[in-house]
Amino acid sequence: MKIAVAVFPGSNCEHDVEYALGLLGADVELMWHQEHDLSGFSAVVLPGGFAHGDYLRTGAIARFSPIMDEVARMAKEGLPVLGICNGFQILCEADLLPGALVANRDLNFICSMVHVRVESTAAALTRDAEVGQVLRIPLNSYEGNFVADGATLDELEAAGRILLRYCDEDGNVTDEANPNGSARNIAAIAGPGGNVVGIMPHPERAAEDLLGSSDGRILLSSFVHAAEEASR
Amino acid sequence: MSEPLRFRVRVMRKAGLADPEGATTTKALRDLGYTEVAAVHFGRDIVVELQGDDAASAEARVHEMCERLLANPVIEDFTVERL
Repeated sequence: MKIAVAVFPGSNCEHDVEYALGLLGADVELMWHQEHDLSGFSAVVLPGGFAHGDYLRTGAIARFSPIMDEVARMAKEGLPVLGICNGFQILCEADLLPGALVANRDLNFICSMVHVRVESTAAALTRDAEVGQVLRIPLNSYEGNFVADGATLDELEAAGRILLRYCDEDGNVTDEANPNGSARNIAAIAGPGGNVVGIMPHPERAAEDLLGSSDGRILLSSFVHAAEEASR
Repeated sequence: MSEPLRFRVRVMRKAGLADPEGATTTKALRDLGYTEVAAVHFGRDIVVELQGDDAASAEARVHEMCERLLANPVIEDFTVERL
C-alpha cells in the first residue's frame, strides 16, 4: 500500500507529511504536480504550503495542475484523499469539498497551537478517534477562515461531515476559541463519501512529543488505516 | 498588429459571506470619525487583453475564464466590462 504526497511549486510541508506518515509505517512517495498517473497509489495527500504562490486565490491555479485529474479520479473511486491547510484550500477550489477558505477574521497570520474537538468519526481523517476527543495541533495560515452558505453548512452538520471544530482546552466550542472566524468553528470537513477530507491545522506537525504534541497521530493513523482498507 | 481587445473583470465577494477585509476597514474608518460608513466592500480588478477583433466572442471567452478560473463561484460574483 502506497500513499502519494502531491508536490506543487510552492508546497512546503511535503517532507513533514512524508516523515509523519512514515512514522506510522506508511510507504510514502512524493509526486510532482505534473504527474498524470497515480494508479499505483491507494491514497493521496495534498500538503500545506503556497502552491503556485497562492496567486489569484489560494488553490485557484493548483486545481488545474495535471495531478488533480488523478486526485479527482481517486476521490470519485472512494480512495482516501487528504488536504492539509493549502491542500484543503485546493480541494475546495477543485470542488472536491464544499465551501472556501478566506482571510482570517482578524487579518492576521496565525501560527499557534489550537485545540480542536472531534465531532464525527465517519471519515478517513477521524475513524480511529472518539467523538468529543480534544486534540492540540498547530494552526499555520492566513486564509484559514472556512466559509460556506447556510444550506451547505446545515447539510455538512446533518450528515456528520463536520469532523473537527475549534474549541478551548476543555472542549467547549465557543467564539473565543475560534481563532480565525471559521463558520461554526469548522476546522475539518469531509466530502459526501467520507473519503475526501480537508483539515486546516497541521496534524503532521503534531506527530511526536518532541514537537510539543503527538495529538495529530490519531488523525494520520486514521488516514493510513483508511488507505490500507482501500488497498485491499 | 491591431490593438488587443481589453476587458475589465471585477470580482467581488458575494453579499452575506464573511468579508474580513471589508469589516476591518469599516471599523478603521469609523474609528477615524467617519461614523456614517455602513460597510466597505473589497474586490479585485483584473484587466484581460485578447488578440483578435471579434469583441462579442472575446467577451464570451472572458466570461468563461471567469467561471473557470478568475472567480470562485462559491464566494465571488463577477462582472465583465469592455474597455
